[in-house]
Amino acid sequence: MCGIIGVIDRHRELMDGSTIRNALAVMDERGSGEGSGYVAYGIYPDYADLFAFHLFYDTLGQPKTQVEELLENWGMIEHDEEIPTCEQPGMRKVHIPWRYFFRPNRKLMLHSSTPDDDIVTRVVMEINTTIPGALVFSSGKNLGVFKASGWPREVADFYRIQDYEGYIWLAHNRYPTNTSGWWGGAHPFNLLNWSVVHNGEITSYGTNKRYIESFGYRCSMFTDTEVVAYLMDLLVRQHHLPLNLAVRALAPPFWDEIDRMDGHEQELNRAIRLIYGSAMMNGPFAIIVALEDSIVGFSDRIKLRPLVAGTHEDRLYISSEEAAIRTMEPAIQDIFMPEAGEPVIGRVIA
Amino acid sequence: MAITKIQAEGIHYTRLNQMIRKAAGSGAEEIILEGVMGQRFIADGLTGSVQITIHGVPGGDLGMFMRGPTCVVYGNAEHAPGNTMDDGRIIIHGSSGDATAHSMRGGEIYVRDDIGYRGGIHMKQYQDKRPVLIIGQEARAFLGEYMAGGIILLLRRGRNDSFSQRGIGSGIHGGLIMIRGRVDEWYLGVGARKHEASKDDMDLVIPYIREFCNLFSEDPSSYLSSVFTCIRPASARPFVNKYTWE
Repeated sequence: MCGIIGVIDRHRELMDGSTIRNALAVMDERGSGEGSGYVAYGIYPDYADLFAFHLFYDTLGQPKTQVEELLENWGMIEHDEEIPTCEQPGMRKVHIPWRYFFRPNRKLMLHSSTPDDDIVTRVVMEINTTIPGALVFSSGKNLGVFKASGWPREVADFYRIQDYEGYIWLAHNRYPTNTSGWWGGAHPFNLLNWSVVHNGEITSYGTNKRYIESFGYRCSMFTDTEVVAYLMDLLVRQHHLPLNLAVRALAPPFWDEIDRMDGHEQELNRAIRLIYGSAMMNGPFAIIVALEDSIVGFSDRIKLRPLVAGTHEDRLYISSEEAAIRTMEPAIQDIFMPEAGEPVIGRVIA
Repeated sequence: MAITKIQAEGIHYTRLNQMIRKAAGSGAEEIILEGVMGQRFIADGLTGSVQITIHGVPGGDLGMFMRGPTCVVYGNAEHAPGNTMDDGRIIIHGSSGDATAHSMRGGEIYVRDDIGYRGGIHMKQYQDKRPVLIIGQEARAFLGEYMAGGIILLLRRGRNDSFSQRGIGSGIHGGLIMIRGRVDEWYLGVGARKHEASKDDMDLVIPYIREFCNLFSEDPSSYLSSVFTCIRPASARPFVNKYTWE
């Protein structure tokens, strides 16, 4: 059991983090105080064309030197600083959160059509698998993940998320069940501009991990959720699937439902299941994924985890609980429950 | 009538339930909760005949193990209202989430609009204890999953198409699901069979239809003149060879 919530403003109007903090806290009982986190898009307008790396350092000595050496090998650090934090009585600051604004040197990845993204992906995977005491947990442009072990309010206040303003926010309250609670295991999980919050278990993790690792991604966070970020990156950024079909690949209809579909629809769904069989996720889950221009929420195809959505003026909300949405937007009228496995998509139009 | 009002905004469910119990214990006949926002477990394990009127969105497991009181919700309820409820009533002027009436074993739940997935999962009955879940509009897949007893009545207000959510009564081994209109065989779950409602079946549920319409100020005539489909276990012991061998 975990609690998730996400919001997008289609005109990119900025929201500070104070309301999503309160909404997540409405779902305190969905967590255990061992992991909470937030991601916001649009928070670094002064560095909007640079990759914002958020890292946890165990110490500022060796790991930091190694990370900076690696970053300088692949590009240039334009600015870096400790992420401001405000210590909370109930939390132990076991890592030092640090951020870099990084410009990749695309000449080092000439053969690629997306050299910047490929360099960043490679650097993130290398740091997380080879440099002890350093962990990259956020690596997108003009966005940042803020997460730690603690309750929703504690983690929000630790990072002072009310000081950040974004047009997309996701938040997550963790109840760890299969791996222990630690800062890196808190959600959201992020790679490039992909961020994921997830309630449930992906029981097909082994299959999905083998599949995604065959494309060069490396799973290093001891939890199933990170594969969702990598799968979305592979399916949407690399294979150019539209969001709704990417979700179809991850949570496809049953074969007996496909058998009953009409010609073209049947052919499409059959092809998706055959090609992306190893990307299909089994188990109970409700997930929200964000990209710089959209969010998408979906549950597993037999709906073993809760998911509700609502719209109000320019905003789409998706959450585990209606009360959390109403905490963010008390005037909301239009609340609905998405069909199992069917994506709810919100996009910016400006 | 002795009425107690409680402003619930920002109050944790533990404290809120203490306040409810205290009011009920000192003789309140109605307790009005204002500004409820996601507090779980409201009225859980409560006994007696008090009415709890809830304005807002009660959190999960409303009225769990409740025995006797009535909860009236003006708003939507989250997951599993009436979880293992023993007696009493839950009346929702709105919709409710997944697993509504989860493991319910007595009493009545009236939902004006929709319920989520797995409504009435594991409902059961024993002697004169026969729980009833009545839904005005729509239900999602796996309605009456693993059902062992009681009645689920789906009225499908305003709909004339056949009900098309998969897995109806999947694993059912007791009880009755009644759906207004037709149901395609394909949507039945494992171990479920369907037949058109007989006069006896209708006689069983007509009092609940009338009460539903009375509670939500609706005209029952269109429901009473409709054809209903009954879904029941395929046999007395549909899973006799599934988990054990004799």
